[in-house]
Amino acid sequence: MYRYDQFDHQITAERVAQFRDQVRRRLLGELAEDEFRILRLQNGLYMQIHAYMMRIAVPYGMVSSDQMRMFAHIARKYDRGYGHFTTRQNIQFNWLKLQDAPDILADLATVEMHANQTSGNCIRNITSDEFAGVARDEIIDPRPYAEILRQWSTFHPEFGFLPRKFKFSITGATTDRAAIAVNDVGLQAVRNEQGEVGFRVLVGGGLGRTPFIGTEIASFIPWQHILTYSESIVRVFNEYGRRDNLYKARIKILVNAIGIDEFRRQVEEDWKFTKDGPCTVTQAELDRVAACFTAPAYEKLADVALPSDNKAFSNWVARNVKPHKVAGYASVVLSLKNAGIAPGDATEAQMDAVADLADKYSFGELRITHVQNLVLADVKQADLFALWEAAKASGLATPNIGLLTDIICCPGGDYCTLANARSITLAKAIDERFDDLDYLHDIGEIDLNISGCINACGHHHVGHIGILGVDKSGEEWYQITIGGNKGSPANIGKVIGRSFSFAQIPEVISRLLQVYVAKRDEGERFIDTLRRVGPDPFKEFVYATPVPEEAKLQMPDYELMAQGTPYDTPLYSPRF
Amino acid sequence: MASPKQIIKNSAVVNDDWSVLRLQEGDTAETVIVPIGKTLVPLKVWLAQKTVLMHRADIGVWFASDERVEDLQDDVAKFSVIAVDFPKFGDGRGYTIAYRLRNRAGYRGELRAIGDVLRDQLFYMQRAGFDAFAVRADKDIHEALKSLKDFSITYQASTDEAQPLFRRVQRGA
Ligand code: HEM
Ligand code: SF4
Repeated sequence: MYRYDQFDHQITAERVAQFRDQVRRRLLGELAEDEFRILRLQNGLYMQIHAYMMRIAVPYGMVSSDQMRMFAHIARKYDRGYGHFTTRQNIQFNWLKLQDAPDILADLATVEMHANQTSGNCIRNITSDEFAGVARDEIIDPRPYAEILRQWSTFHPEFGFLPRKFKFSITGATTDRAAIAVNDVGLQAVRNEQGEVGFRVLVGGGLGRTPFIGTEIASFIPWQHILTYSESIVRVFNEYGRRDNLYKARIKILVNAIGIDEFRRQVEEDWKFTKDGPCTVTQAELDRVAACFTAPAYEKLADVALPSDNKAFSNWVARNVKPHKVAGYASVVLSLKNAGIAPGDATEAQMDAVADLADKYSFGELRITHVQNLVLADVKQADLFALWEAAKASGLATPNIGLLTDIICCPGGDYCTLANARSITLAKAIDERFDDLDYLHDIGEIDLNISGCINACGHHHVGHIGILGVDKSGEEWYQITIGGNKGSPANIGKVIGRSFSFAQIPEVISRLLQVYVAKRDEGERFIDTLRRVGPDPFKEFVYATPVPEEAKLQMPDYELMAQGTPYDTPLYSPRF
Repeated sequence: MASPKQIIKNSAVVNDDWSVLRLQEGDTAETVIVPIGKTLVPLKVWLAQKTVLMHRADIGVWFASDERVEDLQDDVAKFSVIAVDFPKFGDGRGYTIAYRLRNRAGYRGELRAIGDVLRDQLFYMQRAGFDAFAVRADKDIHEALKSLKDFSITYQASTDEAQPLFRRVQRGA
């Protein structure tokens, strides 16, 4: 993991002091809310329906066990005992008070964390591959570069007030697990013929109202130039990105409007002034940062045969345990997708428990995945059974990674002021309908994504099945897309037809799956069959006969609260 | 239009005698009358009335946030004051205009932020290349001055620091 030096500590401490003073001025009324808003957002603080929400940066998804314990502490001390891991590998706390925000930042600083630029129109927390450093298909470990980019983008004086938020994602592997094609800038490590490391650069990807897959702006930028090149991209965006319309302000709109060739020309025109200048990354700096990401002290082990007499354990291994590049080790995904709990939520007790598991089994480190689960990257295969039992005891061993119930879902109408429809509650309804593990394993890998509105926080466009909440005369409806894919290759899904009510959705999903089961060839995943046969059979079957509503879901008290979840979730936001 | 009587300049609150000319309804860049005395005129006015204005020593120019440094071309060196307008503090184009004036056009005179200029933006403005700030009139300019010291260390290079932190110091301590 990256460790702060005295300079990182000092910058972080000065940031806390700055924000403490801004909050003080806000509470005194010296700062109006519209002036304060932009400042609090740059510190990850949102104002939600019920309370302030803080999004804490987890750079490229890496956390130490001490940092995880700090999350548990924040959940206990300032929140209602839980937190929410997000699709950008961060964590959010939903029930905070403004007065506490500076103390929370100060507490975070003690474990080398912050909430800088997790919101607002600036360069956001940089995301990466959750299996960075351990994946078998890795060309280089992207984390040193991600950290160098993090420092460059932190409080960049020119880029604090961009037309819109700006997201970087970086991968060092051949399989894209970091969704680089749907970020404003996507960086993919490659080696040229001489074996030198550089980056293929994509620009202008994004979801939301007008989804775009990123376009290649450069096929090889040597690693030394990654800061200057990135800076030129953001500079051109800062000057020319639209500021008249919130929904047309992302870089994807600019790139699409002027074309990639013109955009590239402008970037290169600017870059020629800085290329090879002082911001060229030095070998010494790369070495310093890379030294933080060296492999842990692996023991020399052989791969072991796992016990096969326990079906539940075998199921879990099949779904939640991933291969590791070092013999005798494996990576384990702890599922935060459990029936009745909002996808990505973890209680303070669970956070403490996973921190302990990380200390005991995985060199004290964890990763947060962009599908809102947790990863213990370096577990001895011989420890898997004991780890499984411990994870089970904490409710973190649901064997559903990659399966239908590993749903990606935004907060939706239960929390979010912008929502057209509920997401978390719908995820729960789907979870209940498809609770038969054997069926889920038979259906196999499928990405189901839910967004409560077109802002697409749940990445519905890139779900194999995507569900989008839409508003029809003030009522909640859902539109279904199929055929999306988040990477290798990234694809935007297509709408299948008219939308459905909340209570119809589980049946709609069931029909889509029935077509898959009827049409699939041996070994095909849902998305493979869909690509082979096309969307028509799916559409036809879904709409062939009226879709019944599930009776239970129509009951007005169908909500999380009734199920005794650890916290109270209002059924509807005040907007409804 | 009266400009604020005091501005921050070179990290101190000082009196100021420049006024900012803004086009009113019905004015055009060609016909607007530029008052006597130290006046910051819109870039458009400078470009339209350059043949007359270039003989005056008490003229500065200001950029709207959607205007381009290239449009001033070689005139940059003629001015002792150039300003950049922030129509709203959230409009960040002015930072890049400042960066370009300093780093591409080679401007060395006073560079002043005008418009919606608030305390919490000054630190970034200073880094990007501003050395003078006409803080919004309803805000306490002495309080605003403090923010220039919000951070004592910065990671990246900009106008104020040609070197990024990793070249300025021995890191890793
Ligand atoms: C309830 C609080 C939230 C609000 C008000 C909110 C609001 C928004 C808005 C307005 C956008 C669109 C921005 C744009 O297109 O420029 C957006 C995008 C996004 N949000 Fe959220 N969001 C919330 C929570 C979340 C959560 C919890 C996650 C992660 C699980 C998330 C992940 C994202 C992502 C990844 C995008 C970018 C999609 C893209 O690439 O266009 N958001 N959000
Ligand atoms: S997708 Fe819409 S409803 Fe869901 S969190 Fe984002 S803004 Fe809110």
